[in-house]
Formats: sequence, structure tokens, C-alpha cells
Amino acid sequence: MVEVYTSSVIEAPADRLWAAVRDFNALPNWHPAIAESRIEGGQPSDQVGCVRAFRLKDGGFIREQLLALSDYDFSCTYSILESPMGVENYVATLKLTPITDGNRTFAEWSAEFDCAPGRESELTDLVGNGVFQGGFNALKEKFGS
Amino acid sequence: MSVKVECSTVIDAPIAAVWDVLRDFNGHDRWHPAVRRSSLEAGRQTDQVGAVRNFTLQGGERIREQLLSLSDKEHRFRYAIVDADVPLQNYLAEVRLKPITDGNRTFWHWSSKFDTPPGQENELRDLVTQGVYEAGFEAVRERVERTRPGTGIAAPALSAGNGIDGTAMVIDRHGGPEELHAAKIKAPAPGPGQVRIKQTAIGVNYIDVYCRTGYFKLLEPPQAPGMEAAGEVIDIGPGVSHLREGQRVAYACPPVGAYTSHRTMGAALVIPLPDWIDDETAAAGLLKGMTAQFLLHQVHAVRPKQTVLIYAPAGGVGRMLCQWANRMGATVIGATSSEAKARIARAAGAHHVVTPGEKSLEEQVMDLTKGHGADVIYDAVGKDSFAHSIAALATPGHLVSFGQASGDIGSWNVSSLASKSVTLSRPNYGHYTDTPEKIAAISADLFDAIRSGTVKVEIGQKYKLSDAAEAHRALEARETTGSTILIPDQT
Repeated sequence: MVEVYTSSVIEAPADRLWAAVRDFNALPNWHPAIAESRIEGGQPSDQVGCVRAFRLKDGGFIREQLLALSDYDFSCTYSILESPMGVENYVATLKLTPITDGNRTFAEWSAEFDCAPGRESELTDLVGNGVFQGGFNALKEKFGS
Repeated sequence: MSVKVECSTVIDAPIAAVWDVLRDFNGHDRWHPAVRRSSLEAGRQTDQVGAVRNFTLQGGERIREQLLSLSDKEHRFRYAIVDADVPLQNYLAEVRLKPITDGNRTFWHWSSKFDTPPGQENELRDLVTQGVYEAGFEAVRERVERTRPGTGIAAPALSAGNGIDGTAMVIDRHGGPEELHAAKIKAPAPGPGQVRIKQTAIGVNYIDVYCRTGYFKLLEPPQAPGMEAAGEVIDIGPGVSHLREGQRVAYACPPVGAYTSHRTMGAALVIPLPDWIDDETAAAGLLKGMTAQFLLHQVHAVRPKQTVLIYAPAGGVGRMLCQWANRMGATVIGATSSEAKARIARAAGAHHVVTPGEKSLEEQVMDLTKGHGADVIYDAVGKDSFAHSIAALATPGHLVSFGQASGDIGSWNVSSLASKSVTLSRPNYGHYTDTPEKIAAISADLFDAIRSGTVKVEIGQKYKLSDAAEAHRALEARETTGSTILIPDQT
């Protein structure tokens, strides 16, 4: 089992950031790697169990299922159903926590997955730096003061 | 009534350093300003779950607290009040740290739930929030951000094989300029969130003198002073995304340690330099210019037609304040001691200059403003000027006290400030420049001001790094004009 953990500080209030990231179908609005996204079966994007199907800008196709969504503690957990990355049992959580001294947010994005032996560090870098840190950097640019 | 308190902050230090301070259940008396004494009951160890600590607070109150859980894996502990002289009932608290992987910093969350007697909810919530948690944040911040190794002099290089040899000007004990001496250092390979810089120009600021003498507790010998430099990135550690090898960069931030030819440091507050600005200008102007930026735009937002009084208008920050405030459309009055300095102030944009004469400073300011007074006063003189500043203010007026060249201001009765509806600010450089986002915004504004000619960085003196002692002597003797920089010796 590989574990990846990326965290950052974003200079924007947590409720504002949450409004943007809680929409399970909104990745193309803020994540630079995502080209387009839709929710399968016409379900609402905050219905736990819904599946998003999205296409990366590099052409890759990914399906992910929403496992948990909490407006109470600003967190969202999902799994990968299908992807070109070569990961199994991939479960990730994105969580925002307000930083009370200053109107900013502590953002955490973590994942656990299995992969073929020898690919651990490559995938850790792809997920941790590419997907997670890349998303944080985009949120900083979009929402940071 | 049940009360819930949640406080959180960011500490600019690796999680191990913060946890090292916090996991000691019996250590609060060494850092928390509210705790005078702490002892463990029944001979327990500080990391023994179930241990009871006995606090005596500064006011003499006693509190007994029990450690309920401690996890080095999760950087988390919980504790409860067993009994106390303050009416916090069923008090259960948790301290939790998390690493901020983007910058090698630490997120610190401190929360609790408790009951209070009816009517005391707000008072006790404020006590816990401000008196205990927020005061604790600041105390730990000061402790770990100050003692972090800056140049790698005292700390053994983690990977000595990759260390780059360099020379620093360090002190082995606090004292006069003669304490500054050359020392061979190794700048270690950058760790996570760090950058290694080959420095080309180093800014000298009066705060360096305070660090050298020990007046400010920012430098623990053996260590190099210095808060500001420019240079070229040699390499970066994991997780650094805003810098790259070979890039020209500069910084003006703690921890101290800039008086060195090569430096490995946290990269978060290091900024890339635009092509058009040279290293020497950046090293000479960044700290003073960013100070002028937040004083004029953030601490007080100066508006056209406002009257601005600036002390020491011929000095480094003072001159930039005059230039910038003038460009912002304010009426600028400089307050200085001699005609020579008054000429410099006028050249920098002061419309009027007051010097010691038959009339007091406040009488001269009132004459110049037809009895209105100064809308905002930037006062870095401190003890000798404070009363005059209050007297020279308009109603309502804003006194920005940002230094104490003449000594500590001491105690003042705040009730008297009501006579003019005075706003008093004591801004701290660190608080306006402690995140990459703040530094980016302030430095961008400063670079625009330099490029447009609004702010001029004047390098009055240039010394070899090995002559840092001579630079300090000149600065303390008030022989310098404009900015002073140090250039690392060719090796």
C-alpha cells in the first residue's frame, strides 16, 4: 500500500474554497490537468455514490466514485474506478480546515493505493506533486489574495 | 453552558521542531507566557500517559491537568483539567500538528470543549482563545522560528558530502562590531522545502546591529546576522515549485544568517527577481522597501491630500516613505535634526521639513497645517518622540510607531489617546511578510515602484563581506547614507 500526503496553505476562507471544490463535477473549473467532466446517470454531483467521468488534458480518461462528502468538516473522499495510471484500490480524501488566525485555509489531499512493484515513487510523485500540489497551486492562483 | 473553542495557526518551522516543544507535557513554563511554574505529580515522566501536571499561572492561580493520550505518530495529545482555580468545568482539550508539505511548515490545531458557570461563557472563551491558545501560538512561533538553524554553521550538515564550502561572518557571543569574524561554513544540500543560494549581495540593516548586540533575541551565537540578500539558486529541495536552478533570487526575512557567501534556507519566502533589477539594488532595497510598502498601504492606507509626518526622513526607510507618500498625493512633512538631512528629505519628496528650533515639533506641524495636525505619523524614534507625535496628530489621527531608535517607549496611559481619537499601531515586519502570498504581493508592488522611479534605492556604501565589522561601525556612528551592502569576497 502506497500512501501519499500533500498539504498546503491557501490564502482564502475555507467556506469559499469549499464552495468551489465540493462540486464533484467541477474539476475542470479549477484543476489545470482536467479538460472536461460529467456525472454519470444524470445524478446530482453531491449525491454520495455518484460517478464522475472526466478527461485529462493529455487525453487520459478517468472514472471516480464519490464515497463520502461532508459539508460539516469540508471533506470529500472518492475512489478511482477506472484510469490509465495503473493503480488499484485507490482512495483519496481532500479536506479543508480553516486557519483561525488569518482568513486562510489548511488544505490536505491524501491517497492510498496499490501498484506494480517498482512504480511506487513514480506514482507518488505523479499523485502528490502533479495532481494534488498542482491542484493546490491552481486554487492559490484562483482564490489566493 | 457548554463552550467549544477551536484555534489554528501556521508555524514556519518543520513539524519535528514544533512537536519537540509541544510534546513535553511539563514544559509550558519554559515557553507559555501565562504559565509561571509547572511540575509533574508523583514522579511521572513527561511523556507518561496519565501524568498530572501542576501549573501555577502568572496570576497565582493553580491548575491540575492530566495527559489522556499522546501520539508521536499523529503528533497529537489530549488532556483534561482535573481541578482548577478558574471555573473551567469538564475541560477536554486536544493539540494536533500536521505537516504542510508545500513549504515544510506546520499546521497547529488547538481545540477544547468545556462548561462554565452561567454568564461567564464569553469571558472564559476569550481567556482560553486569546490568553492560552493564541498566546501559546506566538510564544512557540518565536521560539522555533528563532532557533532554527539558518546558515548551517552550528547544525551539522546532514549530507556533508554534498555541502558547499563558503565563508560567513559570524559572532560567537553578543557584543560590539569586533565580534564579527570570518568562519568557514558548509552550505548543506537543500532538504524538503529548502533552497541553496550562492549569494552576490547582502543588505545591512540596523536590525543586524540589534541582533549582534543581543538587544533583539533573534540571534543565538554562534551564528551569522543578516536578514536580506540576493543571489543565484544553486539547487532546490523536494517540494519547491516556485524557484529553479540558476534563477536570480532575493529574500528579506528571518531567520537571521544572511552574512554568508552560500546559504541553505527555507525557500518559501525567497522570491525570484525580475530581469531588470540588479542583485545589489535588490539586496539594498528589499527589506526597507517592503517595510515602506506595508506602512503606507496596509498599516495606514495613505490617501491624497492627507498630511503625513515622517521621522528620520533621510534614513533608509524614511527616504522611501517620503518618495512614495509624495507620489501617492499626500502632503509630506519630514522631521529631522539637521539642515543637511533636511536637504536629503526635500530631495526625496518632503514638502516641508521641521527641525529643532524655538518652536516645538507639534507647534511647527500645527503651523504648517493651519491647526489641522498630521493625519498619520510614521515614528521610528520611539521614547523621545512619542509625546510630541501625539501632540502633532490631527483628530482623528493615526500614530504608526515602528521603531525605537532613542529607546523603549515605556508605559503610557491609553485613556489620554481619546482626546484626539488616536489610533495607535505597532506593526511588526514579520507579520506583514510571513507567507509567500504576502511577500509576492508586497514585493510586486515595490518592484513596480522602483521601476517607475517612485522609489529610488540608493546604495551609499559597499563593503566586502569580510569587512562587515567596519560596515557595522559606520552604521552605528551614523556615518552612512542610503543603503549599505556587503559583497561576498571572491574565492
